[in-house]
Amino acid sequence: MFFSNFNLDFFIFGIMPYVALTVLIIGSIARYERDPFTWKSSSSQLLRRKQLVWGSILFHVGILVVFFGHLIGLFTPIWVLDLLGVPYGLKQWFAVLLGGAFGIVSLIGATMLLHRRLIDPRIRATSSFADILILVLIWIQLFVGLGTIILTMEHMDGGEMVRFMTWSQSVVTLELNAWTDVVSVHWLYKFHILLGLVIVALFPFTRLVHIWSGLAVPFRYLLRPGYQLVRSRRSRASARAAADAHMRDAARQPAE
Amino acid sequence: MSHLLDRLNFLKSKEVERFSDGHGQVTNESRDWEDTYRNRWRHDKVVRSTHGVNCTGSCSWKIYVKSGIVTWETQQTDYPRTRADLPNHEPRGCARGASYSWYLYSANRVKNPLVRGRLMKVWRKMRQTMGPIEAWTAIQNDPILRASYVETRGKGGFVRATWDEATEITAAANAYTAKTYGPDRVFGFSPIPAMSMISYAAGSRYLSLLGGVCMSFYDWYCDLPPASPMTWGEQTDVPESADWYNAGYLLLWGSNVPQTRTPDAHFYTEARYKGTKSAVICPDYSEAAKFGDVWLNAKQGTDAALAMAFGHVILREFHLDRQCAYFEDYTRRYSDFPMLVRLERKNGHYVPGRFLRADDLDGKLGEENNPEWKTVAFDEVSKGLVAPNGSIGYRWGEDGEWNLEERAQDADTNLKMSLILEEDHDDVVGVDFPYFGGQAFGQFATDIDHPEVLTRNIPVKKIKAGKGEVLVATVFDLFAANYGLDRGLGGHWVTSDYADDMPGTPAWAEKITGVSADKIIHVAREFADNAEKTQGKSMIIIGAAMNHWFHMDMNYRGVINMLVMCGCVGQSGGGWAHYVGQEKLRPQTGWQPLAFALDWGRPPRHMNSTSAWYAHTDQWRYETLTASEILSPTAPEGDWDISLIDYNIRAERMGWLPSAPQLKTNPLEVVKAAKAADKEVPAYIVENLKSGDLEMSCEDPDDPANWPRNLFVWRSNLLGSSGKGHEYFLKHLLGADHGVMGKDVGEEGRTLPKEAKWHEEAPRGKLDLLVTIDFRMSTTAVYSDIVLPTASWYEKDDLNTSDMHPFIHPLQAAVDPAYESRSDWEIFKSIARKFQEIVPGYLGKETDVVALPILHDTPAEIAQDQVKDWKKGECDLIPGKTAPAYVPVERDYTAIYDRFTALGPLMDKLGNGGKGISWNTQDEVDNLAALNGVQRDGAAAGRPKIETAIDACEVVLMLAPETNGEVAVKAWESLEKATGREHAHLAAGEHHNKIRFRDIAAQPRKIISSPTWSGIESEKVSYNAGYTNVHELIPWRTLSGRQQLYQDHLWMRAFGEGFMSYRPPVDLKTITADVQDEGDSLVLNFITPHQKWGIHSTYTDNLLMLTLNRGGPVIWVSENDAKSAGIVDNDWVELYNTNGALTARAVVSQRIKDGTTFMYHAQEKIVNTPGSEKTGHRGGIHNSVTRAVPKPTHMIGGYAQQSYGFNYYGTVGSNRDEFVVVRKMKKVDWLDAEKAWTAPAKEAAE
Repeated sequence: MFFSNFNLDFFIFGIMPYVALTVLIIGSIARYERDPFTWKSSSSQLLRRKQLVWGSILFHVGILVVFFGHLIGLFTPIWVLDLLGVPYGLKQWFAVLLGGAFGIVSLIGATMLLHRRLIDPRIRATSSFADILILVLIWIQLFVGLGTIILTMEHMDGGEMVRFMTWSQSVVTLELNAWTDVVSVHWLYKFHILLGLVIVALFPFTRLVHIWSGLAVPFRYLLRPGYQLVRSRRSRASARAAADAHMRDAARQPAE
Repeated sequence: MSHLLDRLNFLKSKEVERFSDGHGQVTNESRDWEDTYRNRWRHDKVVRSTHGVNCTGSCSWKIYVKSGIVTWETQQTDYPRTRADLPNHEPRGCARGASYSWYLYSANRVKNPLVRGRLMKVWRKMRQTMGPIEAWTAIQNDPILRASYVETRGKGGFVRATWDEATEITAAANAYTAKTYGPDRVFGFSPIPAMSMISYAAGSRYLSLLGGVCMSFYDWYCDLPPASPMTWGEQTDVPESADWYNAGYLLLWGSNVPQTRTPDAHFYTEARYKGTKSAVICPDYSEAAKFGDVWLNAKQGTDAALAMAFGHVILREFHLDRQCAYFEDYTRRYSDFPMLVRLERKNGHYVPGRFLRADDLDGKLGEENNPEWKTVAFDEVSKGLVAPNGSIGYRWGEDGEWNLEERAQDADTNLKMSLILEEDHDDVVGVDFPYFGGQAFGQFATDIDHPEVLTRNIPVKKIKAGKGEVLVATVFDLFAANYGLDRGLGGHWVTSDYADDMPGTPAWAEKITGVSADKIIHVAREFADNAEKTQGKSMIIIGAAMNHWFHMDMNYRGVINMLVMCGCVGQSGGGWAHYVGQEKLRPQTGWQPLAFALDWGRPPRHMNSTSAWYAHTDQWRYETLTASEILSPTAPEGDWDISLIDYNIRAERMGWLPSAPQLKTNPLEVVKAAKAADKEVPAYIVENLKSGDLEMSCEDPDDPANWPRNLFVWRSNLLGSSGKGHEYFLKHLLGADHGVMGKDVGEEGRTLPKEAKWHEEAPRGKLDLLVTIDFRMSTTAVYSDIVLPTASWYEKDDLNTSDMHPFIHPLQAAVDPAYESRSDWEIFKSIARKFQEIVPGYLGKETDVVALPILHDTPAEIAQDQVKDWKKGECDLIPGKTAPAYVPVERDYTAIYDRFTALGPLMDKLGNGGKGISWNTQDEVDNLAALNGVQRDGAAAGRPKIETAIDACEVVLMLAPETNGEVAVKAWESLEKATGREHAHLAAGEHHNKIRFRDIAAQPRKIISSPTWSGIESEKVSYNAGYTNVHELIPWRTLSGRQQLYQDHLWMRAFGEGFMSYRPPVDLKTITADVQDEGDSLVLNFITPHQKWGIHSTYTDNLLMLTLNRGGPVIWVSENDAKSAGIVDNDWVELYNTNGALTARAVVSQRIKDGTTFMYHAQEKIVNTPGSEKTGHRGGIHNSVTRAVPKPTHMIGGYAQQSYGFNYYGTVGSNRDEFVVVRKMKKVDWLDAEKAWTAPAKEAAE
């Protein structure tokens, strides 16, 4: 197996997470600063609604649950589980059921979107390379993710899961030898992680940037206090306003 | 500073304060994002310019420049205000104009001089050992070399050239042609000077200095309504669009104002808000239709029948049963209604003959000057016959009586309009009127039961004339009878019942037009009723639609009759509003000396394009229409059964129409021969024409000596737009691949022309050199030998006017011409400079001789009161009288450039003028010398400079009465001599007003009233045609001096058009059993109107416009017709007939009337056009299925208003009578496969 290569494992699980996260953060900031008008979800709804409504809703609902499931599942410290007395096997069952169900929902949605993107001539003609690539990668990632469930079913003790939790948390706590935790897992898991890291690294160069905005914007709108918004110039223009007022006063003085 | 940091403010309160009980919130969020939009619209400068296409809009635009690049344009909003009770002109401009800046940096732009590869190759090879003229001579003398590049026209294969090379080839070709065949073999085609006067003048000045031929356009485009010169002696004069607002009733007849007059349409809307009533007449549900109170969807091509029924109702209710005082007075004074017509005996009845002239009477009514050109009427004051003032006989040879005062010389008059009363007539006789309705074919044949001659009773007076007695009737009595109105005189073919099925009635018109009789009666009543109540404020707005039929004169005269009957012409808010191209060159008389080099030599060589292209593209060889098909059953005896080309040849021979080329022999050689024989040039020509040693070129258009050899096309897309008979152009003029499928007259075994020499084999590839000057790679450019890149409309300085508004405003160079392009002015300067450089030793100072037809508005216009052909021995050959005048003109070929760039001495010597009046122009020449400076060296040393385009603009502005108040006063004073009335008050206040180029760069300027035009510029009334005729009593420039509703020329009577009547479309027989494939059953009338996505400010290859409508050529077809041929919307279809084939997508629409298909014209075959299954060649353009068919009545000359004028009178290129087969395409072939390449095309492209 090529994954058993020592150095490759180090590269993928020891180095790549940092590379991917760095690209994600710096890349996103750079794009936001330099090219703010490309910061968008590039919706193709205007071109064709067909297949989009169902495809998009299924995909987004599914992927949001799967994404937050991974986030919570991987980054909840083990001691919290212990403290709450949640058996690892139970958590794994929960993850398998939730992830499996919503993974399938998401895969159905992604399939519809991908079909639409490749087959519909209008959508195809207006798609960039990145638009197609990222959708293909996500589709594969969903497929592979669902595939790992079959492997997981073979050992329901939660041991593998704990390895991944340990590794994930070690990455963010900068324990640099954490990669050794996952060396021995099945190659399909490794491929799933690798692909995940690739997607993270590609994130700033694709339409995925809309996720950042998705995290922030709508909530504020729900909590808005007023219905009419006036964006003031006052703060930055106050000095100028004062100067203007002075000029006006000066103008009122009769000329000598 | 940082978008991200600015937004990382979650912890800071963004709220500054609240208002409206907390519903409103003031925040201090960053607003830097707004700067993006500010930068988007930030620019370095704004320059005033406009769009130099054939668009009446003539809208002033702001051109925005950013970092040296033209970025976008918006409408100017600074037109001078109108008066208080009138809406203002702006905003003027439409989406088409707003898309123009796309062209500047588009892939369609011609960036460098281009030369056909094979030509370039041989040229460079020849030039290694030869001089330029020698090289061109060698290429032309070798048939294989010549054919090598001629046959690749239209097949790509251009290579880049330098300006030096491209102008050298051009100049060498011109020099060779002038010396070998004659300068009148160098042709130039450019349309519509009003859209960019200096660009036009650049080419025409060069050609005129050379002795080349400037070809007409207005008639060729079929925008010229010959009915206008017939009726008014005026090319076209119309109200400005602001005057629509003054109308009480607006009849829109075939004009699609919101779509094709977009910038003016607001006046229509505003008039509707004011309460103006409106009826819209058009066969399709057009954008204009929704403006109407009523929409009359008359069948296409039947408008004359509708007009006749309208006239029938108006005459009945406002002239006969009740005499409306205003109409009565107006028509008595301003129309030919009271004039007397002689009746001639034919087949036991009478037919209307010539106007009675003073000359016919004993004693000639005391008239010694031109009595044969003075019409006669009964006068109530003297109870006798008088020759009322104002007829054309008064215009020439005497002063002071050419006016519309109610006088005959010194006596007051009150003319009698009708002899209907018992005591007024001596007899009632049957007079024959032709009825053409029975000739209708196919879908038009809805009323073919009436006989071809209708005899009606007319009250007549017997008068002594010469030896015998003649019967005379008034025009009015004949006119009313022609409309089928019963006046109690008994007899047949007249009625007082609208429901009678008899030619002229509403019930009859319903059968032909499909418009119900009650609607016809309703609209006619409202139209006339409004005119009566408002003293003529009923207006008819028409586009070229009705004018594009073969019998356009009938449509137009039907309309004009209505207006004259109701006293609308010459009244503000009323009259005839015919809007076509941008034909109104307001400073015309100032522009002509510049454009036609009248400052160096007169006259210029002008040619009417319809006749020229008809001959030189050999369309005459395929003529399917015979004169006998259109001849009147009441025609006088004569040799009428000849081919249409024969009529044209006779017209040229009699000096009616111009000729190009003129004589088979080179005119430079003719002069030399005359000198060698020690004879005056005209005398020499007369002698040799009579003996047959000199031949007119028109008699043998296919002889190589008579081919046009060089052709310049600039500001034009001749092959992609106006070229009726496109495929014939390709086949015979260019020698390119073509789609002609019909056989010529010889192959078909039909009667050959009598006058034109027939060659068994028609020549192919007559042109030696086609030079196109354009900023884009148009259809014409791809067929050219040389393409020169010109400045776009935002890259040059020029002048622009329109008939739609009274302003003159500029084009200006917002940026320098992009890539290697140059302005038209600079391009022709370059060619002139090169010509002057290479020509010494080959050509020097030469004398040319110009054949000049008998021109309207000159004393010669009263040359032929009888039709006589010198060649048949009917009269002597007298140049300028019975034949063209032959005028020697000095040319200095070694000083073409020097002359081009300086104002010549003839302005000082001969002055300036136009439309029959002239004035001294020395002051203006002196002013120009001071303003532009004078040339220091060269052949024009000491003369005012015309170096730059702005210098040229100043020449126009200085010399024109419309832009120089001092000249206007001089012009009015000059007219006063002829009319004997005071007119100078019209320009009095403008004496010191001089409009300069910088003035119009600052703001559009209203022009000054000038006698060149029939309307006035005033703070009291809007510009309206005929205003000075009615209010200043200046006669119309017609035979009778009045609006002439009866045309008495022999040919007019022969072709049954003395009076207006309904003439159905002619059968052009282009769908033959040979060409029509089995199973193709859908045959439709082919109509080519103006579109929504092009032409009027920009062309149809503009990506922005293409994006809005299907991205390529389309035709429109009705739902029923589409269904019958299995066509669904957006299908690829093919249209064909014997003329050729075209391909397009189908737009299936409820809007279109069954039986017709619309193809918006000039859709270019260079964009998204697949190959035709029928011809095997690429698609084709709208004109691939048309062919020009000239009409003999348009050739008439030497007869007052029916005399030739450049773009003024002459044959017109009609195209609406055409039918096509429409079928769905089986296989769409883009001809891009390897096999589609023929070997020469491939090589040429490499």
